[in-house]
Amino acid sequence: MNPSDHLAALQVVVLFLAAPIIVLLQARRLAWAATTLTSLLTFAIAIALTLGVLNGQDYQYFMGSWPAPFGIELRVDGFSAVLLLAITGASSAALLAGYHSLDQQIEAKRQPLFFAAWILALAGLAGIVISADAFNIFVFMEISSLASYVLVAGGPDKRALPAVFKYLIFGTIGATFYLIGVGLIYMMTGTLNLADMEVRIHDVADQSPVLVAAGFITVGLALKAALFPLHIWLPNSYTFAPHVVTVFLAACATKVSLYVLLRFDFFVFQQNLTGHELQFTFFFMPLAVFAILIASAVALFEKDLKRMLAWSSVAQIGYIVLGASIVSLAGLTASVLHVFNHAIAKGSLFLAVACLAMSFRGLRLNDIAGCAKAMPWTMGALVLAGLSLIGVPGTAGFISKWYLISAVLELGGGIAIFLTAVIVIGSLMAVVYIWRIVEHAYFRPAETEIVAREAPLGILSITWVVALANLYFGINPELPVTLSELAADALMGHIK
Amino acid sequence: MTIIASLVIPLIGAIGIILAGRVNANLRESVTLITAGALAWTVWSLLPEVLAGGRPAVSLTEIVPGIEIAFRVEPLGMLFAALASGLWIVNSIYSIGYMRGNKEKNQTRFYTFFAIALSAAMGIAFSANLFTLFLFYEVLTLSTYPLVSHKGDEKTVRSARIYLGVLLTTSIGLLLPAIIWTYVVAGTGDFTMGGILAGKVDGPEVGLLLGLFVFGVGKAAVMPVHRWLPAAMVAPTPVSALLHAVAVVKAGVFTITKVIVYIFGIDFLAESPSGDWLMYAAAFTIIAASIVALKQQNLKRLLAYSTIAQLSYVVMATAILKPLAEIGAAIHMVAHAFGKITLFFAAGAIYVASKKTELHQLRGIGRRMPWTMAAFTIGALSMIGVPPTGGFVSKWYILAGAFEADNYVAIATIIASTVLNAAYFLPIIYFAWFEPEQPGTDNDHGEAPLFAVLALTITAALTIGFFLFNATALELGRQLVSP
Amino acid sequence: MELLGYYNYWVFAILLMVGFYAVIVRNNLIKKLLGLAIFQSAVFLMYITMDKVEGGTAPIIQEGVADQIYSNPLPQVLILTAIVVGVSTTALGLAIIVRIKEAYGSIEEDDIIAKDRES
Repeated sequence: MNPSDHLAALQVVVLFLAAPIIVLLQARRLAWAATTLTSLLTFAIAIALTLGVLNGQDYQYFMGSWPAPFGIELRVDGFSAVLLLAITGASSAALLAGYHSLDQQIEAKRQPLFFAAWILALAGLAGIVISADAFNIFVFMEISSLASYVLVAGGPDKRALPAVFKYLIFGTIGATFYLIGVGLIYMMTGTLNLADMEVRIHDVADQSPVLVAAGFITVGLALKAALFPLHIWLPNSYTFAPHVVTVFLAACATKVSLYVLLRFDFFVFQQNLTGHELQFTFFFMPLAVFAILIASAVALFEKDLKRMLAWSSVAQIGYIVLGASIVSLAGLTASVLHVFNHAIAKGSLFLAVACLAMSFRGLRLNDIAGCAKAMPWTMGALVLAGLSLIGVPGTAGFISKWYLISAVLELGGGIAIFLTAVIVIGSLMAVVYIWRIVEHAYFRPAETEIVAREAPLGILSITWVVALANLYFGINPELPVTLSELAADALMGHIK
Repeated sequence: MTIIASLVIPLIGAIGIILAGRVNANLRESVTLITAGALAWTVWSLLPEVLAGGRPAVSLTEIVPGIEIAFRVEPLGMLFAALASGLWIVNSIYSIGYMRGNKEKNQTRFYTFFAIALSAAMGIAFSANLFTLFLFYEVLTLSTYPLVSHKGDEKTVRSARIYLGVLLTTSIGLLLPAIIWTYVVAGTGDFTMGGILAGKVDGPEVGLLLGLFVFGVGKAAVMPVHRWLPAAMVAPTPVSALLHAVAVVKAGVFTITKVIVYIFGIDFLAESPSGDWLMYAAAFTIIAASIVALKQQNLKRLLAYSTIAQLSYVVMATAILKPLAEIGAAIHMVAHAFGKITLFFAAGAIYVASKKTELHQLRGIGRRMPWTMAAFTIGALSMIGVPPTGGFVSKWYILAGAFEADNYVAIATIIASTVLNAAYFLPIIYFAWFEPEQPGTDNDHGEAPLFAVLALTITAALTIGFFLFNATALELGRQLVSP
Repeated sequence: MELLGYYNYWVFAILLMVGFYAVIVRNNLIKKLLGLAIFQSAVFLMYITMDKVEGGTAPIIQEGVADQIYSNPLPQVLILTAIVVGVSTTALGLAIIVRIKEAYGSIEEDDIIAKDRES
């Protein structure tokens, strides 16, 4: 038995095997070590899968050797590879940073359970991305959601509890909508396999149940993806979660729902329902514009660092959806590229915030005033990551902005100018809120008597690694660009 | 290789400065001077090749297909790089005198970011395509922010916010879309003789794209995106002198000139009527800035508005689209640099010696600070355009180009602004030399520190020297228009 | 009559809306959670309805019996999974409510928001 034959399945199986073992590891450092090792192992598997995809290998895996459409099929292509890298990479980076940060926030005796939940969340997210079966996606989606609720509620801040309750309500409604949609499609086509659905829906297209199903699936996934105006659960959940949990979730959780949305839409709906591309554009483009403008504006006025960055994430999701709503090769490339680049940028920002949290109890702007003197390396990483978020050339964020504006300009006419203006205004607002952090950290005198020291080397080094990744992928974006182009080809190829 | 060296040398210098700063200050200043010297030597070594018609080029890396970081030395870039690198040496000498005389804090940070800014300026000068230029343009903005906000007090931080805000808003909001638009329609962003946009855009799009470029290059301070320049005067004077008289602002007009010559193409732009507005916008900036300068009481702010006007000289000259005027634009970059840096050096010297910043405090100061005020006088005369200063030469060429184009608006603007320049500079000179001092206790000071005086003497000499020895610059300018 | 033939679907729609209403309008956290549970059970009803074939029997193959109509087993299996998910969600939600009660002393949403605003 060659493990590389089962690579796609191993991506999640390894995690499911690890979870119960971790619960049993009562020594807290041991639990952390086991979790981190497992996460790094899945990262390695993700890299292996990516290399295979780049080589042209088509990963099609049938669970238990039951062929489609009877069995559950797993599929890894360019689009999946991007997300797998983001998910496993974010998890590994967050866990490595968690050596110091989680110790500070989670009691020792609860840590094994916490880490088990982490592994399950990772398993769920990875599982969504590799599934080619609609109901399998639902199962993994709920696994990841339930585990995420546990993670978000794991920290010491009691305000996390109402936040996670809201997250639970919204998340469950979203998943249930998705379930209704899948059920209706099953009713009409008799299959749950995405590829099979694509063929069979053709015969029953434009009948009410299918249209209703498309609606339910879209809204349900938009809820989970925190697309404006269904984003209300996000800011509080990200703010009050333990800091490395925010690193993990901000980098990938909502993007996975966008992944499912795009897959479903482009593979199943777009070519079969008449005029669906237009509906896609007219529904999502305005929402994306609102997300960018309104969420950035709210971030401008936020005083809490984590909440500011959370609202910034809502805006960035708007960018991703904007690229997708153009329904063109360039637009989809830009969109998938931004999934990758935003994961790196936001991940390193929240990692830097976690470093700050090692010295400061509160994370409001006034609390961290003047911290640059005591924590120059942390602030340096934060500035670098912030520049990537703004989209300064030389950083990864610039590459996605470039691709996005190019895709928008291809549209031509007034709409191109309007959307370019929206993207640019969003960037400028990002400049303002990032620079507020910079000004408070560097130029305001320290207001509290807390004697801050530089963050511990462990968490600082992983923060810098991810921050430098911003620079690396800004100068050499070949990997994410190739994967994004593969993804865009696959998605657009189904519209012909 | 030499090109890459000229970018890397200041960066290595920056690291050296950080390390030397931990040892002692003299070592650190020596590192700066050595780095500046090495950079100038490297850059000037490219000069013979460029004068002979060579265009050394190197391509660094391709970011995505069609977009690469590449460098190519052409006459205008050579001129800018030689100017900036040479003046960095003088400015470093001046900085030693100023920063120590003022007992400024955080000097290591200051010299470090100065070096990084110079590296970015080299990158802009030698860029071969729009993307590379934009990359280093942004690096220049970001690396000069710590210099502008050096003092760290609330007023300075607020002004630095305006500085960063205007520059980033224009570059991200206007310049970036313009660049991407160019790449999308022309397929490339390479600077090519004759331009790359002919046939790709027409009609009002030309004017619109030109507008995005001109106002997107906030560093050229064409009104109304000029607000950052007066705001930047809160910086220590060496910053104002080299960066906001030479490196940053010249990068701005250099970019506009390069875009007009190598992206639009002089002939293409001359044929497109929608591009005509540029000359009027520049002319307006010249007159408006000169009028505002008239009303200023703070010396550095007056010099800032004078700079805004002088920069638009270059823009207006470029917009005349005649060879003689283009040469004038190129030379004016040099002449103004020498003159303005002298003026700023003098202003800073006055501040270090006497803490005086307002015009009315400068009565009779010529007797106490003869060297400083002599240099100031020479610089002022250069701004007005009186022989035997360098400013006369460039004005001559610009006027010649304007006459050749029968451009009466330009001619009238130049004459009017010359009068206005005289109106705000001559009184200062007169009061400094010929009026008695105001009675008071803050007159008890002498000449500025030695290093500062040394620096401003050198630049004053260069200002006069440029009147006599300008063949090289003229040759580079000539090669710009007729390769 | 067509309308009555869709009786199950009517119930599904009504339960969906009742549950949704409870989630949004009710202040008490437990009532919200119960609304969510009702919301989810509506979906279960829909799935099971779709798999019942008229005249169909339990989907178990019997030796020697041919030409038997079976109800579709797949949605039943799907819904078992969904029921498990629903149970887990409800359990998790109740656990969170217990902790909220410990931390805030109340499980009315208004009180919790008020307490957060004070602090």
